[in-house]
Amino acid sequence: MPHVEPLSGWGRYPVRDCALWQPVTTEALHATLPPLPSSIARGNGRAYGDASLNPDATIDMRRLDRLIAFNDATGELVCEAGVLLSDIIDAFLPRGWFVPVTPGTRMVTIGGMIASDVHGKNHHGAGSFCDHLLWLDLDLGDGRVLRCSHQENAELFAATCGGMGLTGMIVRAAFPLIRIESAWMRQRTLRARDLAEAMALFESSHDWTYSVAWIDCLARGRDLGRSAILLAEHAAASELDGPRRAAPLDRPPRRPRAVPIDLPGFALSGVNVRAFNRLYHAMQRPGDALVALDPYFYPLDALSDWNRIYGRRGFVQYQCVLPLGESERGLARLLETIAAAGSGSFLAVLKRMGRPSFGMLSFPMPGYTLALDFPATPANLALLDRLDAITADHGGRIYLTKDARLSAAMLARGYPRLQEFRDLRAQYGLDRRFSSLLSQRLGL
Amino acid sequence: MIASPVLILGARSDIGKALARGYAAQGCEVILAGRGDIAADATDLGLRSGAKARAVAFDVTDGAPDRFFDSLGVVPGTVVMVAGLLGDQAESAADDSAAQRVMDSNFNGPARYLLAAARRMAGVPDGCIIGISSVAGERGRASNFVYGSAKAGFTAFLSGLRNAHAKTGLHVMTVKPGFVRTQMTAGMKLPPVMTAEPGQVADAIIAAHRARRDVIYTLGRWRLVMAVIRAIPEPLFKRLSL
Repeated sequence: MPHVEPLSGWGRYPVRDCALWQPVTTEALHATLPPLPSSIARGNGRAYGDASLNPDATIDMRRLDRLIAFNDATGELVCEAGVLLSDIIDAFLPRGWFVPVTPGTRMVTIGGMIASDVHGKNHHGAGSFCDHLLWLDLDLGDGRVLRCSHQENAELFAATCGGMGLTGMIVRAAFPLIRIESAWMRQRTLRARDLAEAMALFESSHDWTYSVAWIDCLARGRDLGRSAILLAEHAAASELDGPRRAAPLDRPPRRPRAVPIDLPGFALSGVNVRAFNRLYHAMQRPGDALVALDPYFYPLDALSDWNRIYGRRGFVQYQCVLPLGESERGLARLLETIAAAGSGSFLAVLKRMGRPSFGMLSFPMPGYTLALDFPATPANLALLDRLDAITADHGGRIYLTKDARLSAAMLARGYPRLQEFRDLRAQYGLDRRFSSLLSQRLGL
Repeated sequence: MIASPVLILGARSDIGKALARGYAAQGCEVILAGRGDIAADATDLGLRSGAKARAVAFDVTDGAPDRFFDSLGVVPGTVVMVAGLLGDQAESAADDSAAQRVMDSNFNGPARYLLAAARRMAGVPDGCIIGISSVAGERGRASNFVYGSAKAGFTAFLSGLRNAHAKTGLHVMTVKPGFVRTQMTAGMKLPPVMTAEPGQVADAIIAAHRARRDVIYTLGRWRLVMAVIRAIPEPLFKRLSL
């Protein structure tokens, strides 16, 4: 039986009372679904907005968290959808394996990674997570469980990868892990004085496996786009020295620290954000360094509940991608608008994306993606509407996993395969069985 | 030292699952005993940690503990009793069979299984029996006294078993977790500062096991809270709704 609980995404905006079901096995889930009016799967609640909320029926997938099989020769892993990425890393990193694509937090489920078709700092070369997915099992909620892959039920596969959980419950998946020699990253930091220089550095750094830039989004005028660009490779064991070389896969212990309370709203005032940006920029001195894998990929996981620094009202993350040809002009307009408003966050991330994904609603496209946090104030929400217009003008789109407030009209401008997705939902009867606050808001 | 194999009785529960993962991560061989598709859990455990893990069917109320241990094939080094049933107080008060289910799942079954374990474990080096009891056993309250009294009995049982084996070298540990966010408490409004995650409980138990502690509250604050609750005079206590 369900119980009612106030739920939100990671941004803690919006918060809604949801009837929460907590099946303990895939079989229990299978029996739960058919009589439900309409439901949505919820992984570890790391989507920022309302993608994992359905007041009528939200299904907590975290107890479906078993590893099923691992092939030591090929690295192929089969697991249930509620397995946490952090569990996979804890289990397999010591044996020299890592995931082919990782988002910026380890605290996500595999089902969530598929539903969001997550990307990482290697997108320009490796593509998104679903580009590596071998297959998934999808419970359609009407008694059918279908194996989906590029070969079997390929349309359903393309709709499910990046499909925000709206095509059924992902219950199992298979994907290969990649070989690594150490738990360390060789990182090179470059400085860019402005946006043009940052983009030029990305374009000349395609050979690096991982790349990302931190933008001081409050820098204005000729400093617009001032940033630190971080390039990295997995370090080979031979690049390590001393005790690290003897145990290259050992991870230095990290003691997670927590934000104990909701900080008051003024803690994130413009002055504080500016000071933090300047500090962070200074810290990222140009040069080469060895960095441990966890703080490299998951800097914010060290501070559990970091979403509380935005206080009780919550925050929204704005992430858009602009096509390559429009990126420079579009990013400049976005950054100017954000800088003029003076309410941006310290989290301003720029990343060159590679190929488009095969997923019908997948976010990535060749170009540049920008991501920032904003406290969920009325002024900021109005600002984001202006950013939507700029993004759409330049042929870009918004990442649904981060979204809590986009309009249906803006969605349609950014996702050309939207109708195909809707038609497929209708064809399988999925539009009646699966919905979330996000899908209701956007007419998905 | 933790003696292997570690037998988890009630391994499909959230605390049982967390304990199995915790012990396996320490390199212990683990035997999962529970209902349902427990074999998949053993596979999962082996993949996660590389530890040896297997599964056996187990029902704490089946009244056949000797048959269970005889068919196990080995004498465990460590036995953890996690099985239990919160039940519903109103249902237990109204329906004799519901009350019996709660009593069997929290006292009769666990005590008989641990007696059967103790009969076989005398002389096992570093042998240890761990019972998950409850703070609810420290004072009977209107809201859950069928469950609470069975746990009170189980706490007394563990205390006696510990006393009986003080000289045989078999260690017995009592665990009182307080509120834990599990299937058992889903939907209950739990005060966050007094509520632990299953992983926290498992970590505390394994650390206390290594230190060979006798009685632990996995969340230390409960020790104080229960001291206060125990100290309230009965004439006053009976009028309270706690």
